[in-house]
Amino acid sequence: MSSITTREVPRGFSFQEYMTCLTGIVWREGLRFLHQRERFVSALVRPLVWLFIFAAGFRQVLGISIIPPYETYILYEVFIAPGLVAMIQLFNGMQSSLSMVYDREMGNMRTLLVSPLPRGFLLFCKLLAGTAVSLLQVYAFLIIAWFWDITPPPIGYLTVLPALILSGLMLGSLGMLISSGIKQLENFAGVMNFVIFPMFFASSALYPLWRVQEGSPYLYYVCQANPFTHAVELIRFALYGQINWISLAVVGACTIVFMVGAIFAYDPSRGLARRGPAGGEG
Amino acid sequence: MTSPAPIAEPLEMPKPDPATVPALSIDGVSHAYGPRRALIDVSFNVQPASFTALLGLNGAGKSTLFSLITRLFGIQTGRVGIFGHDVSRSPGEALRLLGVVFQPRTLDLDLSLTQNLLYHAALHGITRREAAARSAELLARIGLSDRAGSKVRDLSGGQMRRLEIARALLHRPRLLLLDEPTVGLDVKARADIISHVRQLVTEQGIGVLWATHLFDEIMPNDDLVVLHQGKVLAQGPMGRVIAEAGAQDVNTAFMRLTGAQIMPGGGA
Repeated sequence: MSSITTREVPRGFSFQEYMTCLTGIVWREGLRFLHQRERFVSALVRPLVWLFIFAAGFRQVLGISIIPPYETYILYEVFIAPGLVAMIQLFNGMQSSLSMVYDREMGNMRTLLVSPLPRGFLLFCKLLAGTAVSLLQVYAFLIIAWFWDITPPPIGYLTVLPALILSGLMLGSLGMLISSGIKQLENFAGVMNFVIFPMFFASSALYPLWRVQEGSPYLYYVCQANPFTHAVELIRFALYGQINWISLAVVGACTIVFMVGAIFAYDPSRGLARRGPAGGEG
Repeated sequence: MTSPAPIAEPLEMPKPDPATVPALSIDGVSHAYGPRRALIDVSFNVQPASFTALLGLNGAGKSTLFSLITRLFGIQTGRVGIFGHDVSRSPGEALRLLGVVFQPRTLDLDLSLTQNLLYHAALHGITRREAAARSAELLARIGLSDRAGSKVRDLSGGQMRRLEIARALLHRPRLLLLDEPTVGLDVKARADIISHVRQLVTEQGIGVLWATHLFDEIMPNDDLVVLHQGKVLAQGPMGRVIAEAGAQDVNTAFMRLTGAQIMPGGGA
């Protein structure tokens, strides 16, 4: 019939192919982000509302003593800025997982998953892409915050970068892990209530933990066990050119656990397989 | 290019004879969603440079089968091979040779035609320069060159489908799967797409598996696989399937095959 016989295909993939794939996924995620201007605006407005209104209101209520990494008395705004940075990443991580649920419902996810490259790598690229988008949001926020007198040392803007990448990956993979367990988009409202808010409020984002301990020792332990607390502290210290080793260890370990969990959940023979046909026939 | 790796496989498979290895081989595949059995012991082949129509009503299991071939779901029982590469064991090699057009649209509506193509190319590790050249070539082929920069959202249904087919061909697959690609298109767009895909078979030797429930899309020379309630009821060249069903045309043959199956109420 034809001259076509068994196809010879290269085994495995070259480094260049991996990098092409990675840049392609990040590029596409960036394009999509730029197209959704509302998303960018709301990603910026949310922390700014906290900064301009909430922090201003609370300034007199909460006195902040000198705690590391700060060397002087600081204003409440300065204290919550790293928490708000982490909040941006938390929302972004959950939002990209929301878009994965949406993509799965709409079928777009298939484009990604039928790529011949290893699925774990594809999901990792997706996480990196989401993190890259969160970096854009965070730096935009930090620039505006600078005019609001939140002025960490200039080197801090650089030293915070690795911390942001790690925390972005952690929160992104947490979102991905959660998204693998969500069947429908509607269930996502639950994620807001049961994940985002508890994580944010039971953390050191808005108040120093010694304050929490005075009020409720139990809540203090919850905050200590909350990975989000450690993301906040990692960012807080990094923004002042320091490393909080405990937070680094916790965030690093959680990133690995969540990421492995997410990749496991999206494995075709496990995660998605149990869930019946995705689109198409009923 | 370095010397190509050996054609691989397989511990359990018989050694593939290069001349006869099918583009797609489905071998004893069953699949269940919990208690509901979607596919029951499905086996058939798609030959290179052939047009195989997978005929079945909605709910027959066509989309499940596509999800298994494309590795969206894990294979529970049986095996799927693409040019001899087992989808479960060496998905990378298998998926490189596979192009697919899913039933739901899977384009990024807010990105341009070219951007959609470049993204797909990147997912296959094709460098930007090469991808740009191939995209331009494919867009010219489907007559959408002048729309390259516009958003996909502004295309008509038929144009989107053509774009999806072009995208599926970007990495030069040897096997093309299409899941009811003409659903929702007008007569002209349908005819365009069918003739385009048939051209790929004759001119480029691509093996095509075309899932449909529309009988008029099938031609006398096609291979036919009739899927009903998760089982293959008949397969082979269209003429033979019709003759074996004792019918005059595909339509009657299909009704006879599936009707006969429903009456005894046998399980599934």
